[in-house]
Amino acid sequence: MSDVEEAITRAHHDEWARVVAALTRRFGDLDIAEEAASEAFATAVERWRADGVPPNPGAWLTTTANRKAIDRIRRENKRDDKHREAQMTYDDPPEPVGAIDDDRLRLIFTCCHPALAMEARVALTLRMVGGLTVPEIARAFLVQGTTMERRITRAKAKIKAARIPYRMPSADDLPARVSGVLAVLFLVFNEGYLASGPDTDPVRHELTTEAIRLTCLIRALLPQDGEVAGLLALMLLTDARRTARISANGELVPLDEQDRGAWDAELIAEGHRLVRERLAAAASGATPGRYQILAAINAVHTSARDIRDTDWSQVLALYDQLVRLDPSPIIALNRAIAVAELDGPEVALAIVDRLAEALAGYHAYHATRADLLRRLGQSQQSRAAYDRAIELAGNTGETAYLTRRRDQLQ
Amino acid sequence: MQYLVSVIDDKSNPGSTDRRPAISAFNERLIAEGYWVFAGGLASPDTATVIDNRGEQAVFSDGPFVESKEYLAGVWVWEAPDLDVALKLAAEASKVCDRKVEVRPFL
Repeated sequence: MSDVEEAITRAHHDEWARVVAALTRRFGDLDIAEEAASEAFATAVERWRADGVPPNPGAWLTTTANRKAIDRIRRENKRDDKHREAQMTYDDPPEPVGAIDDDRLRLIFTCCHPALAMEARVALTLRMVGGLTVPEIARAFLVQGTTMERRITRAKAKIKAARIPYRMPSADDLPARVSGVLAVLFLVFNEGYLASGPDTDPVRHELTTEAIRLTCLIRALLPQDGEVAGLLALMLLTDARRTARISANGELVPLDEQDRGAWDAELIAEGHRLVRERLAAAASGATPGRYQILAAINAVHTSARDIRDTDWSQVLALYDQLVRLDPSPIIALNRAIAVAELDGPEVALAIVDRLAEALAGYHAYHATRADLLRRLGQSQQSRAAYDRAIELAGNTGETAYLTRRRDQLQ
Repeated sequence: MQYLVSVIDDKSNPGSTDRRPAISAFNERLIAEGYWVFAGGLASPDTATVIDNRGEQAVFSDGPFVESKEYLAGVWVWEAPDLDVALKLAAEASKVCDRKVEVRPFL
């Protein structure tokens, strides 16, 4: 990569969201902001090659994008209307000193607004904040480019028509709204970590990386938020195991069989640092949310050099805490895995069987049952459970692993 | 900014019928706080959001209501600065009426 290309890539990473956010604030229109930002980056490719990289690429891009936006508004001959509209819709009263104020946060909260459908929030966030192109997002979610284009266009139209505001949520709405943003980022991460689709790689690195990058951004903007720190730690501790989690032939490797030496020590150290920060906060009275607890569970796993060193009672205590917060059957299923380690597979199986109705269509339910039945020597029932799990699993690496496990049964 | 707020009832699971005093009190508050308007023309159903606050917390869903067993039981028109303000009021309205409400912006 040439120096100029590198500078453009870096500027795209560092400045895209800032440029789009500043333009949205100034012109009160996501469409104009998105198009002008794209044009500014396209112009940068030409101009920086000819004239060299400007001393302050961010300022250069913002100025250029502003000019492009004004050109477009002039072309459309709607300048006065647009300006008036922008003033009315998007100008905020000055916020009290000390309040978090960054246009990028406004942009994120707008893209992740609860009045938008989840898939629209995901697409809009990756486009407006992440700077991914529409074809890139379409490929990531295995839909046609035109479908993704429509999804994004419709979301932008709703934001405009229903006047979804471009501002920080009120203090009492903030926790729920932050949790909405984190749900979007966690979905992007999971789609990368456990990618679905028969022809898809088992891990989509570009999605996990993008999710971590965006979560780091939110962390920088909301450094006091425990759940943001928790989700970032959870992602780092999960992503640290990425390479050990898939074997050379594309098969999923379960936690107890992973080569722990292949885990990314740097990511683990950073994840542990965040978890310790939250433990200290909890010690002084903060109530941890679900991401913080999930991160703590992953911290226990990543602290064990060998699977036999895993502190399962600690894992179970954390799951008990999580169940009180979120009594969902999926949490109960994961808790049962820790129970199996402490009290044996028979006790765990009794818990798992009680979840039959709620989780009948969930592959991990059948995979967990299959494993417990296998450990209890009930091969025939285990095989049937593996069959069902294989049928339901959407990840190629997981399907390969489950198939091998099933075929090992006598 | 004006919003149409449709109150949606469900034939198979009607909301309680004793909500009138609570609705009256809520209406008085809407008038006092300057949100009250009453009626007007509608934008495309595509721009709608459905709010269901009968459970633990308000759930917003994208799009118009379609199931035929559901029907429009009443409307409000509110003047509000943006969707966040309208959604907050709508969450209260859902509680007050013991029914789902749909918020839709006017053109």
